[in-house]
Amino acid sequence: MSLIDISGNLLFVAFIAYLVALLFFGGSIKQSNATGKNTEKWGKAAIVVTIIGFLAHLSYFVTRWIYTGHAPVSNMFEFTTAFGMFIIASFILIYFIYRVSALGLVALPVAILIIGYAAMFPREVSPLVPSLQSYWLTIHVITAALGQSILAISAVAGLVYLLKVVDMTKPSKQRFWLEAVMFCLVVVVGFVAVSSTFSAMDYESKYTYVDKEGKSREMIYNMPPLFGMNGYEAVEEHGMSPLVEMPALINAKKLTTVVWSLLVGSILYVLIRLIIRRRISAMIQPLVKRVNLQLLDEISYRSVLIGFPVFTLGALVFAMIWAQEAWSRFWGWDPKEVWALITWLFYAAFLHLRLSKGWEGRKSAWLALIGFGIILFNLVAVNLILAGLHSYASN
Amino acid sequence: MENIICACGHSNPYGTKLCEKCGRPLTEEEKQNKVADMRYDGSAIRSKTYNKTIIDKIWNFFSSVKVGIALIIITLVTASVGTILPQEIYVNAPETGKAAYYEQVYGWFGKLYNALGLSNLYSTWWFQILVGMLAVSIIVASLDRGIPLHKSLKNQRIKRHASFMKRQRIVAEGRVADAEETLNKVEEKMKALHYNVRRDGNALLAERGRFARYGPYINHVGLIIFLAGVMLRLLPGFYVDETLWIREGETRAIPGMEGYFIKNNDFILEVHDNKPQGEQVKQGVNVVAKNFQTDVTLYKQPDGALPGDLDNLEKIKDYSIRVNHPLKENGFALYQMNYRLNELKEMRFELVDKATETPLGEVAIDLTNPKKEYDLGNGSSVKILVYTPDFDGFENGEPRTKTSVPNNPAFLFKMTTPSTPEGEVSFVEIMKPPLEPLGENQYRMKFAGAETRDTANFTIRKDRTIPILFVGGMIFMLGVVIGSYWNHRRLWLQVGPNGQVLMAAFVNKNMFSMKKDLDAVTTFAHLPAYIDQLEQAEDNEKEGDHTL
Repeated sequence: MSLIDISGNLLFVAFIAYLVALLFFGGSIKQSNATGKNTEKWGKAAIVVTIIGFLAHLSYFVTRWIYTGHAPVSNMFEFTTAFGMFIIASFILIYFIYRVSALGLVALPVAILIIGYAAMFPREVSPLVPSLQSYWLTIHVITAALGQSILAISAVAGLVYLLKVVDMTKPSKQRFWLEAVMFCLVVVVGFVAVSSTFSAMDYESKYTYVDKEGKSREMIYNMPPLFGMNGYEAVEEHGMSPLVEMPALINAKKLTTVVWSLLVGSILYVLIRLIIRRRISAMIQPLVKRVNLQLLDEISYRSVLIGFPVFTLGALVFAMIWAQEAWSRFWGWDPKEVWALITWLFYAAFLHLRLSKGWEGRKSAWLALIGFGIILFNLVAVNLILAGLHSYASN
Repeated sequence: MENIICACGHSNPYGTKLCEKCGRPLTEEEKQNKVADMRYDGSAIRSKTYNKTIIDKIWNFFSSVKVGIALIIITLVTASVGTILPQEIYVNAPETGKAAYYEQVYGWFGKLYNALGLSNLYSTWWFQILVGMLAVSIIVASLDRGIPLHKSLKNQRIKRHASFMKRQRIVAEGRVADAEETLNKVEEKMKALHYNVRRDGNALLAERGRFARYGPYINHVGLIIFLAGVMLRLLPGFYVDETLWIREGETRAIPGMEGYFIKNNDFILEVHDNKPQGEQVKQGVNVVAKNFQTDVTLYKQPDGALPGDLDNLEKIKDYSIRVNHPLKENGFALYQMNYRLNELKEMRFELVDKATETPLGEVAIDLTNPKKEYDLGNGSSVKILVYTPDFDGFENGEPRTKTSVPNNPAFLFKMTTPSTPEGEVSFVEIMKPPLEPLGENQYRMKFAGAETRDTANFTIRKDRTIPILFVGGMIFMLGVVIGSYWNHRRLWLQVGPNGQVLMAAFVNKNMFSMKKDLDAVTTFAHLPAYIDQLEQAEDNEKEGDHTL
């Protein structure tokens, strides 16, 4: 077994460990709600398994680093996997400061989904293009990812807070949006399910199309095409033909992926609703009923305080230093740069609102969720939709 | 405006909320508050005090945190609009064709986007004014709040009035047996917890991490220095941004870098020798670039040399310019940005008899600097009447060139031989049969080979604002770290003659850690249990509003 296979297996071990740890966290909370006995034991088991998973994850990272010869953060799979790892690390850190098990109930599923999402991207080792060959790749990307992960814990705490306080018995905007967050999580599951199914089937259809500059190009679909590229012609088609042709501006392949994920996600969501017979957020609510709101609010705020300087250093300061070395200018208004700045401005606004307008509790929790939404947008949409200098991360 | 005289006799500046000396609430609003607003320690904030003149109004506008937040949000939203379509600098179209490109590729939306200036959003006057307003807001708000806060923190009294202490978030009241012993024990414990402890009679003030309150002001200073650095760029001499194409073997003056010359010795393109797999195959990428490198020699004219004098160049150094490894010299940096491979350098032709193919000699034409006439000896010669480096068809009978780069060289030759002393004219283009405009020729120019070379493209940059930006960035980071990772904790304690205890505590953030300290000191000194007035308040209004 070569090092890269070992590395892949370690990642799988980590993934399984997080799933098991999640069950333990659930168990620990159930226990504390019911009798209060054995809570300690379950909670301890949960964090121990999480740490085991993290160590496996870290070993994946190190072995892949040794094998490829560069920090494994150079493409979408590698970066997103690392992001998941840092979220777990931040969770462990915050857990040992505050000892709130309920955080694990949200942090672990988020990390699991992120790793699952990462695994849908090509996993093979790709050599580095000249602009990435710099020690700043290691420094800039790892620091930025670490900052984002700590900020993510703020959203985790915010979500737990909202799951507890939002009244599930009466219709309200908050109840609606909270469930919308749950739905988004299910759509990610849908994406993972649909991608891995078609990839297991080795699905492939090939088309030629005309791109927005009028050039003829080729496109391979890995999912049955719902949407056809501009002026597409089948080269090798399986199963179905595209239902609708899209204009050149829209990448019909990506749209197909999004719509398949939404479709499967929605089916999954409806099934879950039919089985549990209530909202997903209402199902989780009893699990978090004993958490201390003041403490959660503080965790959410503290995570932003810890994460904001790290994010600034990694995503702006180090980024500018590297850009000056590699591209001859420290700032070029590339979409990824702009979205890093937007993230930074958003959290700056968050801190000021909290300071002077007294936005605490619910409002602060919602803001933390929006902030994480911006981070994910920068990770997913900016890499995959808005083309720019950072788009090498998309393959 | 009159000063406010507190019940304790202290005279406070107009606008003060909590007496500087004893902490009694001075305004009606403060008297109503159950928990005092301690953001600026109750000091008089200019913007909250005066609102008469136009200057007051402008000052108040920019000092408002609400306005600051609004400016942040507007900047954020505006910046995001600039990422909907690629910005002009990233559009792959000639300078003049950019507007057309937006319309052609993105339709009416692209046309509108470009017409509104959104395709160049970050350099529009209104975006820059927005950032400028943000900067003004940072400066004004920092002065408005920072100075009073500093004064108030510097002049803190140990003894505070009961009404001040009872308005703190953390309060404890009760009795102890021995006043002196309690004060001593609290002092001992707080010192052990790294607090700075001061005592005044029966009162005690323990304080830790006061500098954390300055964090936000420090980071604002850093931001202002950074923004000032960015603006300095507009001044001449602070910023140079030039570009240079240079062929292998050439020596050229470096634009923007007076007196410096650079020679391109060799351009090297290396590719990874990995076996393409997975995604690389799918996307049809056969090779992945590994290295773009130009080996150069940097020269400098000696002092006092004439601008065109290239004879006495002093060699400064040899260097390999690679991506991520610019050549740095005297505040300038040269970056490897682009390249062109296999540009034609020299073409060789043989003058031959069309019928017998008998050669009469060979000419080697330097395509960047061709000679007018080549003498082949034995009475034969070749003249170049017209040379077009990048032939693009005829215009009014004259051959036309598209660029000055020898992409598609074409020549109008005049061939003279002993048997054709008047000369024959022939138009020769690569890979095409020669044209003979003046009738059938006896001789022709036969292609005999070509030499190519690579061309490298550098960006030459000097940015004297970088040190300023760096200092600004570092001050910002320092301020953010101080403000985020440390917090200001205070504990006030008063023990009356009969052993009545009044304790209060304050922390600007991270109450969780403060409570750990409080628990420790409460246990150690047997203090009465404290209450968190905000936590109580929340319990009372549980299930309150459901709105955002």
